[in-house]
Amino acid sequence: MIKTILARLKQKHRTMKYPDELPVLPELFRGYPRFEPQKCLDGCNRCVEACPYGAIELLAQGSRPRENRISIDMGLCIFCNECALACPGGAISFSNEYQLATGERDELVAVADQGHKRAGALEEKRLKLFSRSLKLREVSAGGCNACEADTNVLNTVGFDLGRFGIQFVASPRHADGIFVTGPVSENMREALLKTWEAIPEPKIAIVCGACAIGGGPFRGSPEVNDGACDLIPVDLYIPGCPPHPLTILDGLLRLLGKI
Amino acid sequence: MNSSMKFSRNGDAFLLSEIPEYGSNDFLQKIITETSSGWRVLNFFGVPEQESLTLYAVLGARREQQIGVMKCRVTESFPSISGYVPQLHLFEREIAETFGVIPEDHPWFKPVRFITSRTTGQNSFAKSVDEPIIPGVTDYFRVNGEEVHEVAVGPVHAGIIEPGHFRFQCHGEKVFHLEISLGYQHRGIEGQLTGGPYPSTIHRMETVAGDTTIGHTQAYCMILEGLGGSAPSQRGDSIRAIALELERLANHCGDLGALAGDVGYLPTMSYCGRIRGDFLNMTALICGSRFGRGLVRPGGAAFDIDTRQMVELQRRLAAAKSDLQNAVELLWHSSSAMARFDQTGKISAEAALELGLVGPAARACGVQRDVRSGFPFGAYKNHGWQPVTDPHGDVYARAMVRWLECQQSIDFIAHELDHLPQGGCRAKVAMPLPESMVISLTEGWRGEICHTAITGINGTFTSYKIVDPSFHNWTGLAMALRGEQISDFPLCNKSFNLSYCGFDL
Ligand code: SF4
Repeated sequence: MIKTILARLKQKHRTMKYPDELPVLPELFRGYPRFEPQKCLDGCNRCVEACPYGAIELLAQGSRPRENRISIDMGLCIFCNECALACPGGAISFSNEYQLATGERDELVAVADQGHKRAGALEEKRLKLFSRSLKLREVSAGGCNACEADTNVLNTVGFDLGRFGIQFVASPRHADGIFVTGPVSENMREALLKTWEAIPEPKIAIVCGACAIGGGPFRGSPEVNDGACDLIPVDLYIPGCPPHPLTILDGLLRLLGKI
Repeated sequence: MNSSMKFSRNGDAFLLSEIPEYGSNDFLQKIITETSSGWRVLNFFGVPEQESLTLYAVLGARREQQIGVMKCRVTESFPSISGYVPQLHLFEREIAETFGVIPEDHPWFKPVRFITSRTTGQNSFAKSVDEPIIPGVTDYFRVNGEEVHEVAVGPVHAGIIEPGHFRFQCHGEKVFHLEISLGYQHRGIEGQLTGGPYPSTIHRMETVAGDTTIGHTQAYCMILEGLGGSAPSQRGDSIRAIALELERLANHCGDLGALAGDVGYLPTMSYCGRIRGDFLNMTALICGSRFGRGLVRPGGAAFDIDTRQMVELQRRLAAAKSDLQNAVELLWHSSSAMARFDQTGKISAEAALELGLVGPAARACGVQRDVRSGFPFGAYKNHGWQPVTDPHGDVYARAMVRWLECQQSIDFIAHELDHLPQGGCRAKVAMPLPESMVISLTEGWRGEICHTAITGINGTFTSYKIVDPSFHNWTGLAMALRGEQISDFPLCNKSFNLSYCGFDL
């Protein structure tokens, strides 16, 4: 007993004060893309070619160079950094900004000089129902298990998801919404749809990770569905491969109007 | 009978023409003979060629770090030898499922991943041509009797975990038999590598099993380095080994916490859950990603470790070591937790050897099996790695092996950080050799990872076969449950903590 108490003292109180105090992310963490279009030399297109998943678009605007409009679709991006390494002028980099979740699919497209859009709260009816207590059923559908791992982390003492009234539950019948990870493999399609059907209305749908949004690294594979967005009506898109736990938490809290 | 195979080493490429070919009976007989005299199966797969299928057996020797390869050609079927070499049972079923070539009289002939055959477009297990393939729908083993009942769980489980289907045959609380049916996470990774590598390939390797990003990407890079005949940067090799051990630490530490949680011992669970994050964040300190995405690249590492990072890593490592020691020692001193670990989910060393178990699951049965010592690669080559083992074969042993390995890994990282080789962290890798084969082995945190690549005349892949440690070990979990209480399933399951996506590919 005394050992347990001493250990408790040594291990200290570790739950972060988030969202009141913002934690520090690793310096090299790759979050919201940062564009410096003036450094885009002549629209050489190397970033576009370097992206393995076609997330980058480079549109020449006007006739003069240096006015190229670069955009990155964070729904397809796996934050692999290949574009940044390929750009000879250093026009693309990734910032430390982790607040990436959005409420609309097209808001995931980050465009140079256009503001960063973040997820908003649910409409009034569901917000009223769920803002103080949200139960989610997680369905893992063909990814790599890293999205699941970094969602699970929210249940550790460091994040303590329960203090926000959010809980992952064991049955869809107990849930207010679904939380999908993975590109939806053919072998999981039916189980995903059945789980979604089993959740009583009104309900919400969240897709977490590049896979669930657009297939992620497995995009284009005939054995997967390139995400869950055409299967269920999505309320929250959380990009990343995998999203940082804080990106997930930030998205959930925004959806519930707590940030 | 010519007694030779093509002998090679971990990561060395050789010409396909050097592999001896046997008639199917001699080939199978030779596998039986070799596996009963110290060799074991690292990989066993087929490559379709015109009208036939070439079977390759990749065996590993206990001594001298040797890998042996041989092949044979079959058409519609071949006699199953799983009855003699149980470690082959899934490999044979996989060949049947993927290529429609049947291992005749296989003792447990069922789908592996519930997918259509790549060559015939049909299902080798169907009773009729147009029977649909529905994941999880197969003939399960059933125990009959008045008081026997069946418990079915999954594919969607109660927690935030991957999908899989489990069938228990129970008598009251007691489990007679557990059958595990997977395939839900199948993404078709291997099939799409033909003609590669492609720009997306490295990212798919990083996500074969996302919690083993470093282990699998390291194996893939060794394939490219072997095919190019290019040695990776020594510094890069060192950084990759540091990352591999950090990956092991994060997962072992998480598992120790989860094991404590499964028996309701919350202090260790809470502390380890957090400390696991500390290890993940150390990986993020090196490369920005908690799972090491983007770090391991052909020729070495894409991120170097500078002096400032080195100092910070040493500081964090020392802090985590002290925290982890404190958290885990509580567990060993909790008699109620130990009572649940002790003698639960036991596997004998004989069963482990027969099934071909790998990694901590094998070492916890007293089996000295570790790629870092058996087939050393990269920074482990000159290290003289000593695998830790525990003879008990139960949950306790699997927990203990993890804890001892954590200590080993921490010391190894501290040592590597102090002795990082000079120079750049990434070397150039030449174009892959044509018509060659290379086999790479790494020791992921779950155990042995084996990648095998074959190139065609233009140096692109004609075949790429991945064996995740879970492929060997899922059967171990099923065996561990025999005669146990069904309520001990979560604990036994966690003590293996196997990968669904790594198995399903
Ligand atoms: S989005 Fe990335 S991290 Fe998440 S499941 Fe898919 S591959 Fe894994």
